[in-house]
Amino acid sequence: MAGEPNKKDKVLGKRIDKFFMGLENAYKFVKRFFQEVWFPPYEFKEVIRQCYQIGWNSLPLISLTGFIVGVVFTNQSRPSLAEFGATSWLPALISIAVVRAMGPLVTALIAAGKVGSSIGAEIGSMKVTEQIDAMEVSATNPFKFLVVSRVLASTFMIPILVLYTDFVALLGAFVNVHFNELVSLSTFFVQVFDAISFLDITSSMIKSLFFGFTIGMVGCYKGYNSTKGTEGVGKAANSAVVMAMFLIFIEELLSLQVTNFFRQL
Amino acid sequence: MRETVIQVRNLVKSFGDLDVLKGVDLDLYKGENLVVLGKSGSGKSVLIKIMVGLLTQDEGSVKVLGKEVKDLSQKDLNALRLKIGFSFQASALYDSMTVRENLEFPLVRNVKNLSKSEKNQLVEEVLDSVGLSGTINQMPSELSGGQRKRIGIARTLILKPEIMLYDEPTAGLDPITCMDINNLINQVNEKYQTTSIIITHDLTCAKVTGDRMAVLLDGVFGAKGKFEEVFQHAQDGRVKSFYDYNFITQ
Repeated sequence: MAGEPNKKDKVLGKRIDKFFMGLENAYKFVKRFFQEVWFPPYEFKEVIRQCYQIGWNSLPLISLTGFIVGVVFTNQSRPSLAEFGATSWLPALISIAVVRAMGPLVTALIAAGKVGSSIGAEIGSMKVTEQIDAMEVSATNPFKFLVVSRVLASTFMIPILVLYTDFVALLGAFVNVHFNELVSLSTFFVQVFDAISFLDITSSMIKSLFFGFTIGMVGCYKGYNSTKGTEGVGKAANSAVVMAMFLIFIEELLSLQVTNFFRQL
Repeated sequence: MRETVIQVRNLVKSFGDLDVLKGVDLDLYKGENLVVLGKSGSGKSVLIKIMVGLLTQDEGSVKVLGKEVKDLSQKDLNALRLKIGFSFQASALYDSMTVRENLEFPLVRNVKNLSKSEKNQLVEEVLDSVGLSGTINQMPSELSGGQRKRIGIARTLILKPEIMLYDEPTAGLDPITCMDINNLINQVNEKYQTTSIIITHDLTCAKVTGDRMAVLLDGVFGAKGKFEEVFQHAQDGRVKSFYDYNFITQ
């Protein structure tokens, strides 16, 4: 019949509906976080436990990755600088690259994979095994205990991990530079700190706060809204990683524009 | 006249196109154990989840201890929930916490100014009530299905509820453990003076624990009364077949 939507249109319509409903739900979830974070009861113990889980337990992976990034990036940059006889600029180049972009980005992407998936899976499995309902019927606010504590912990810990990754990556770079250019530790780090500015550090820390918030929030949102039993838990963990990584790149792009604006002032 | 603890009137609940409850009426009197029977998916769990505000009805009224559940503010709902113990089908113990932490969880968040020794005493008391004193430092993953059920019940008892809601307390357990759980339900009723609703499709559990039965059929209560009245003189073929099936399998 003329004017009646066909099957394809209906499917498309449903998808668009689902997309906008998802956006609305996500908005409500974030809004609820900001409504609840300021008021007692405060779950300090759980926040500290989560800080330990997110921060301390990520150290081995972050250390290894940061070190390798430092070594590899130095090695890959050397030939280009050598063409101009400018290998002495390596410490400055590396410090700018690591502090401004690579440190925050590498840490956030690793944390999105490790922390985001674990939060998504943990909360998702609590949802499907009725543990969240059990908290609710015992007159406890599960949102505050599970979501607020995890989002706060990841928001606090990611900037600290970023600083640590920066340091380890620079250490990796130093090892490489030291054996190739015979530069001492003090000379290397003098050049490193000469090259970076206060704006580099602050912008890196501020965007790391956003990265941490995003990782925690996306993991919690996906877990809290998981359905369909164990299959849903897997999907929650997976989509938490994908969505967090996507948002991290968007945030990186935005932070670049904002930082460049301040740099030109 | 007997005091009504829970009053349900014309309760309707649907999920999408599926009508689960189609006008349920129910009265739970103080001190009794009411067993709600029905096939899987008949809406038994939905009924008790509405009573604690985990789900909201489409139509009808649910009054618990004289309060209309759907009209309560979050604060009042939490106050009401403290008077209701809810034992979940899969126990719903918090995986990341020990048995002690599981039991302390509702306690520390709802009872203020509790000293460490008082807290320990309460935890030990409820663990003793369910006969599992030795498991205090174990993780839920180290417990058997029956033990998990008992700890789940202990966690609800720690706040000394007036009403106990058991969702399939014997599901997935062997017959001997089922009997242990049935006895525990009776002991809890006696010791803590609770009023209970027991959701089950296990007729042995129903017979041992229930003072009164209500059979949920096609979204409404098809039969109500004492066990013998409901099953041995059943007129409704669906109730009869429910009894026959349980009799054959057990």
